[in-house]
Amino acid sequence: MRNLFRFIIRYYFFFLFLLLETVAILFVVQHQHYQRARFASSANFVAGNFHRMSSSITDYFSLRRVNRQLSEENARLLEFTTESFLKTDRQVFTYRDTLYSRRFRYINAEVISNSVSRRDNYMTLNKGSKHGIKPDMGVITFNGVVGIVANVSENFSSVISFLHKDMQISARLQKNDHIGTLLWEGNDYRKATLTYIPTHVELIPGDTLVTSGFSVIFPPGIFIGTISEVEIRLGDNYFTAEVDLATDFNSLKFVQVVQDLMNEELQQLEVQTQAGGR
Amino acid sequence: MGNGILRHIGHFIILVVIQVMILNNIRFGGYINPYVYVLFVLLLPVDIPGWLLLLSSFGMGLTIDLFSDTQGMHAAATVLLAFARPGVIRMISGRSDFDPGTVPMVSEMGARWVLLYTMLLVLLHHTLLFFLEIFRFSEFFLTLGRIGLSTGITTIIVFLGFLLLDKPEKRGR
Repeated sequence: MRNLFRFIIRYYFFFLFLLLETVAILFVVQHQHYQRARFASSANFVAGNFHRMSSSITDYFSLRRVNRQLSEENARLLEFTTESFLKTDRQVFTYRDTLYSRRFRYINAEVISNSVSRRDNYMTLNKGSKHGIKPDMGVITFNGVVGIVANVSENFSSVISFLHKDMQISARLQKNDHIGTLLWEGNDYRKATLTYIPTHVELIPGDTLVTSGFSVIFPPGIFIGTISEVEIRLGDNYFTAEVDLATDFNSLKFVQVVQDLMNEELQQLEVQTQAGGR
Repeated sequence: MGNGILRHIGHFIILVVIQVMILNNIRFGGYINPYVYVLFVLLLPVDIPGWLLLLSSFGMGLTIDLFSDTQGMHAAATVLLAFARPGVIRMISGRSDFDPGTVPMVSEMGARWVLLYTMLLVLLHHTLLFFLEIFRFSEFFLTLGRIGLSTGITTIIVFLGFLLLDKPEKRGR
């Protein structure tokens, strides 16, 4: 026993190293288990406030660009107001029409910390559970998908960017409704890879890609990007295509968090079916 | 000695601020990320007790982890760097007896020594860090490229840091 202690004390440098390294690796491995980084730490109080502080300084540098984007977006939204439609039929009463019940709501939020250079990228938003954001909600901009909310605190939420190795989005070709899987291979933040499109489908550069709406995370029909290169990799029997992403991840400022009001109903139904209920 | 401890605490704070507020937001050519905060560990005195070396490196790594959403990766890589440091110092200087209080600086060790010392330890740190980040070997060559490029950039910036922090008047002591 005494010899054992003497041994440990003699080589304490090595044992202390082993202990600290084990603790650190355990942290890493534990979070790898959770597919979606349940403890993305920037949602916590200290780091969240720190990022907000630094964002409040850097905000000023992008005011010009953000203003232009907002006015473009305003113009587009104006086209959809009732004032911009001429009412031709005076017989139809449309106030609170029960034919249309609202399914999606959008919560506007600002990106206060973001990265595109790592293999797994995360971002932090300045809104949290207080504003109605919950984990697993989708995040989009007015042109393109951004990511999925991983974790929320009262005032902040952290988002797994699409630029992450565990992220896969179900995408649909707008012209013929074929479904494929979109993922990021880690090279360029402006490009993604589309796979699992069968080879009999006509697929050419320039085709438009939108979200499929099969998951409850993103609404259907959100613009993702356009196909830029098509190939069949050796030994595959499906297309692999390079996609130019519509979202510019490097200049994200304002994003919309998608709230699906029928999420619970849909999931309940699917769980019921998969459990074998009729 | 008391003054020395304060100086190292100063290094710690300044390097965390530089890393988190500036370098984490800069992307050189898409995916090169310099991690300059390792300069804190490289600057610790040569005769620092082993436990203090390991624990302060662990603390530095965890602080960076907290601010950049990387759970434990920087802590693991920095502790490995600290563990290898005494061995690397012995290996490249060919001796193990240094005057008490010797700091690894250009004025005391020479530019070539500091450059080699920085490059070896940064390479080790980045190798573990980048492989922990992707956590699989399927993108092996892409990762090797990232390690090489980032090691080069970090080494250059850290070496500039060494030159900046050097105090020539200390040589007389």
